[in-house]
Parts: sequence; structure tokens; C-alpha cells
Amino acid sequence: MNRHLLSIDDLAVDDVRTIFDTAVEMHDVQKRQVKKLPALRGRTVINLFFEDSTRTRSSFEIAGKWLSADTINITGKGSSTSKGESLRDTVLTVCAMGVDALVMRHSASGSAKQVSEWVDAVVINAGDGTHEHPTQALLDAYTLERRLGSLEGRRISVIGDLTHSRVFRSNVLLLTKLGAEVTVVAPPTLMPSGIDAWSKDAGFATSYDIDEVLPTSDAVMMLRVQRERMNGAFFPSAREYTVGYGLTRDRLASLAEGTPILHPGPMNRGLEIAADAADAAHSLILDQVSAGVAVRMSVLYHLLAGEEATA
Amino acid sequence: MSAPENDSSRVIVKGASLLGDKSADLLIVGGVIREIGSIDARDTAHGSATVIDADGLVALPGLVDLHTHLREPGREDAETIRTGSMAAAVGGYTAVLAMANTSPVTDTAENAERVFDLGRAAGLVDVHPVGAVTRGLAGEELAELGLMNRSRARVKVFSDDGKCVGDPRVMRRALEYVKAFGGVISQHSQDASLAGASACCHEGELSGQLGLPGWPGVAEEIIVARDVMLARHTGSRVHVAHVSTAGSVEVLRWAKAQAAKDGHWSVTAEVTPHHLLLTTDLLSGYDPTYKVNPPLRPVEDVEALRAALADGTIDAVATDHAPHARHDKEHAFVDAAFGMLGLETALAVVNTVMRGNDLLDWAGIASVMSANPARIAGLDDQGQGIAVGAPANLTLIDPDASVTVDRDASVSLSRNNPWHGRTLTGAVHATLLRGVATVVEGQLA
Repeated sequence: MNRHLLSIDDLAVDDVRTIFDTAVEMHDVQKRQVKKLPALRGRTVINLFFEDSTRTRSSFEIAGKWLSADTINITGKGSSTSKGESLRDTVLTVCAMGVDALVMRHSASGSAKQVSEWVDAVVINAGDGTHEHPTQALLDAYTLERRLGSLEGRRISVIGDLTHSRVFRSNVLLLTKLGAEVTVVAPPTLMPSGIDAWSKDAGFATSYDIDEVLPTSDAVMMLRVQRERMNGAFFPSAREYTVGYGLTRDRLASLAEGTPILHPGPMNRGLEIAADAADAAHSLILDQVSAGVAVRMSVLYHLLAGEEATA
Repeated sequence: MSAPENDSSRVIVKGASLLGDKSADLLIVGGVIREIGSIDARDTAHGSATVIDADGLVALPGLVDLHTHLREPGREDAETIRTGSMAAAVGGYTAVLAMANTSPVTDTAENAERVFDLGRAAGLVDVHPVGAVTRGLAGEELAELGLMNRSRARVKVFSDDGKCVGDPRVMRRALEYVKAFGGVISQHSQDASLAGASACCHEGELSGQLGLPGWPGVAEEIIVARDVMLARHTGSRVHVAHVSTAGSVEVLRWAKAQAAKDGHWSVTAEVTPHHLLLTTDLLSGYDPTYKVNPPLRPVEDVEALRAALADGTIDAVATDHAPHARHDKEHAFVDAAFGMLGLETALAVVNTVMRGNDLLDWAGIASVMSANPARIAGLDDQGQGIAVGAPANLTLIDPDASVTVDRDASVSLSRNNPWHGRTLTGAVHATLLRGVATVVEGQLA
């Protein structure tokens, strides 16, 4: 396994399997009365969140604490430049306090990779701009595997604002790596530039037609529409988006029975996903949240304690 | 007949290959080339002359850079007019045009004269300030174009570089206004709305994958198209700075043909060394060293730019030398400053790319790096070629030297050097400004 987790590209399939196998064990910890393992005792993990986040930061914090790491949160709106300090100076300052792992969220794509070149600590990308969110992809695939078994040959649709989604970018890499047949669906204005060539190279399909895709999907992954984008002329109105690309009650009925529904949250109920779909019995949205802790425990364990533990 | 010159001002350049062609000696007296041929330094008339052995070297007219950022006043931690002049001299330049986006902006006669005077004080290259087109580069009101032209700095080139003059009405008025004194508007072609406020790289497959906000080539092309139509309408001169796309080249090709037919207006264009060699795939590692505006483009664009420079559609190579303090590049990619160094390496890049691929010979390089930029900028004493009576602004080049670029060897104050670690062919051996050596054996004299 690579030293850092910056992108799904850092992981071989065997690495993913290792993370998932350990996550199963970690998942069991959640059911215990005393949710504590000694694996990372004496290790310090800093959650450095330059961008607002509740679920990802809490998830990493709980994961670290359950592994007995000293977990500290540092949050700050915007980027370091807003205070006039360079990103390099900011992270070097934090790391000078004696940090073993830096879990970093930042609004700028590529920032986690840049930071990994400046610091000695292990860097885990907790979302960098519109680039990647690898632990989200891991927890999504882990959740799906628990429901569907192997993802090999499974048809998975990823639907929504692809252009601005780091979840999409990590998921398309991981799901295809695990053998799934991925189709991504969005209006043309929310498809990333150059996606035609990219999808051909990477082996996934694209579509503008949600109604064509849904009935043959083995799983549906909805993405959040970022309301703040609506003034950017990406689509005319919320109503039109819902009619064209939302997982509405009618479309819910077009899914094969029991088709898993995922959403990374936070959801815009009534916009990209109807309440009926979010709350359906086959919705895995809350399973994703609890799996997130297990997967992040596994990632922290393998990056920080892996070698010691197996020695 | 001119008065006898003081022997101490005599320089003999021995055995240089003139524009890569026949070898000859040059006698320079009082800063002017006085004789070309076989000159015996032992002749009593030349006995006290300084002799530069140029055997195996190619002599070009001193290079002229249409597009340099010297950062002074305002950001002297990144570059000063003196250190920028040093970098220019080391790169074989004898004149540079210093862009207006300093702090304060060069938008008044006083500010232009200040830059001009600092350049003269440094004394290594002729520093000609570029005037802003609009006050404070705000794109709204015309700067004091006429007063800058009347000033000691004799400003002829105007640009809001770093920003596009986006309002077509302002651009029209600027083009009209500078006709009175033969000025030219150099445009940074970038439709701000189409490119987007946070654009930091080329929009394409890679930007899609990296999640970086890109700006599409068409955001450049529509401004190039608009401006050539405005130049035609106003009968004026427009210069397209740092062309970066094949689409812009197509527009320029059409526009040049029209201008030649019409006769009352003109369009010229420049390309940077980095757009002739570097491609957008360098961004995959998010290294802000490669963040530049306009952005590095795909290989198809690079090939079109090379062909356009070779066939004259693009007139000149300009460095867009953009020094930055280290901390201004040590941000996340989208937050890091735009720009890269270029003065010291430009000739080697052009030699490697253009002559190395048989697209230009030395005479061609002299055209695009000296004669054409001097003509566009209206500099009478630069880019005149190597001829008797011409000012002795010269660059002597070791054509086959293989040099691996080391950013720490730079005389610039900054280190944002995209060529670090690359091996390029051709090295500046000496630079002479009006007969005075500013660089000897690759080092500042």
C-alpha cells in the first residue's frame, strides 16, 4: 500500500480488498459496548479541515478515537491564503507539532497531493476540491459489496452534478477497478470537460437519459446538486433539474425491486432525490454513514499501524 | 566622415558566424558596427581594441523581448528592474518591454519614466515600459496613453496584460487613440466570463479528471477574432500577446491576409517559448510551477503554434517572463500565482524546438526574436541586423552547447523555472549592448 491515500489510483485491487477485510472487523467494533481498540495508541492524527464538513470530519474523528489515536481537529474556513499564509507554511506549522497523520479537506483540487510532498506525516485526502474523495468511494463500494456481493459485472449508475463532484471522480475509478459497469448520467452542462475521451479510456459509459439507465441499474448512486451552482447557468431551474435528472417517486418505481440507492449526503430532498427514495427500505444512505467509520478505521489502521501490526 | 574614435571604445569580434552563415570579423567603434570582414587585431590601428574570440559562435542581433514582467515597483522581492535586466542580458537580450501590471500600475507618464530611468540605471538592457491601456488595469477608462508616449520613456506599446481589455467599446477607443502616435495595443486575449473567474488551466480531458477549473481555447479565440475586427474597423494596430491555441492561429491567418489586402490596419502576434514546448499534461502532478496564463495547451495546439511561427503567421517569440517569490507559488494549485520564468532560457528553447526541428534557421530566429519584436515595438536602435552602421547590439551563441537547466543558477530573484532539469541545446556566450559586453562566457560581465 502507498504511504499516503491521496487518490483511488494509489490503491491496487489487493489494497482495496485488504481495507475491506479489515473494515468488516472494524464494523463489528461498532456493535460493542466498549468501542475501543488499542491499535493507534500514542499516535496523533490531525483532522485539518480547511472546508466545512460535518460527516466526514466526525467520521474520521470517531475512527481515530476508536483506534485510540489522539485525534485533534483544526478547522478554518477558506484556504490559508485568506490569512496571507502559504499552504506550505500552514501545514508545516501543524506538522511541526509532531503529527503522524494528516487527514485533510481543502477546497482546492490537488492540495492533498501537494501537501504530501512537503510533510513527513501520512496524508489522507478527505476531499480536495472537485478532485477526489477516496474514503467516500471506499465506503460506498464497501457498502455496495455488503449488499450485492461482488461488484464484478454489476451495472452501477452515478447520477447528478458530475463536474463539481469529487465523489464521482473517486467512485468511477474504484467501481471500474472492482469490475463494475459504470454509467454516469448528467445534463451536458454538468459533465466534466473532455469526458468523452476520458470515459473511453477509463471504461465507463455516459448518458443524458436517466430513464433509459435506471431500469437496468443494479445500484443507483445519486449526487448532490450544489444549489450555489444554479446561478451559473448550468441548468435553468430546480424544477427542470428534478424533472430531467431527479430520482423522483415515479422513477423509483422504474427500478428493479430492492435496487440499492446511495447518496453521499447532504441530500437535497425533493431536488435530486425524492423523500420516498431516500427513505426507501432499499436505500443504503445510513448504511453508508456507519460503514464510513469502519472503512476509515481500516484506512487509518493500515496506513499508521499496518507494518507494526503484521510484524 | 565621422570624427576619429577613441581606441578604448573599439571591440573586435573575431570569427563569428553571422546569423549562422559565413564567418566574419566585426569591428565595433563607439557602439556601432563599423566594419565587417577580415580584421587583423594586430593592425596598429586596432591594437588596443578589446578582442572577443567568437570562433564557433553564431552572432545574432541582440534579442528583444516584447513581454517581460519585472515586478518593480511593488514586488521587488520577486524581481527588480536590475535583476530582471541581468536575467535578460544572460538570455541574450538587449531590450525588453516591461509590462504595466506593477504596483503602482504603469498608467501615467511619471510611472513610465520611473521604470525607464531604473532600466537606464541598471544599464544592462534597454528597458522600455509598456503603458497600461486603462487606468489601474480596471478596463474602464483609458490611461494617459498620449502623455506616456510624450514622456521620456516614449511609450508606444500599451497593454493591460494579466487582464483582457474586455469591453469592446474601450478596446475600440484605445485602438483609435493610439493611431495619433503610431502606438499599438497588445491584448491579453481572454474572455473573462467564458474563461471563468477561477480558471487555472486548460479546459480539457485532464482538467476534467483533475477537478481543476479550466478555461477553453475558445475564450481566447473569440477575443482575437473580435480585436482583429476592431483593428480593421479603426484602421489601427493590434498585437496579440501570448497566442496559445490552434484556433487563434486560424483567426490570425485569416486576419493577416485581410490586413495585407486592406493595407490600412495590421495585426501582429507573439508566442512564448513555453507554449512552443510544454503541454498541459505537465499539470497532472498539480505543480504550480506549470501554472501560467494562458495555460499550457495540448500537443495539437503546440504543433499549430510552431507551424505558425515558422510560416510568419506569428511574428515574434516573447518570454512572458513572470517571476514569483517562492511563497506565492506554494499554495494549492488554484490559489498559486500564474507565471513562469523565461528570459534566461528563451533562446535555447527556441533553438531546441524550432531549429532543432528544421522549422527555423538562425536568420529566422533573428527575425522572430529580434527584428520583428523591435519593429512591433517601434524601437529604432534594436533588431536592425548585423550590418555596417547598425548599433552593435549582439548576441553570440554557442549553437551546440547542451545545457541542463538549474533553477538555482538563475540570476533572477525567483525560482519558478519550468525548465529546471531539462536539457536544452544552445547557450548564450556573450551579449553586447551598443558594443559594451554585458555578458561574457555566459556570465554577467
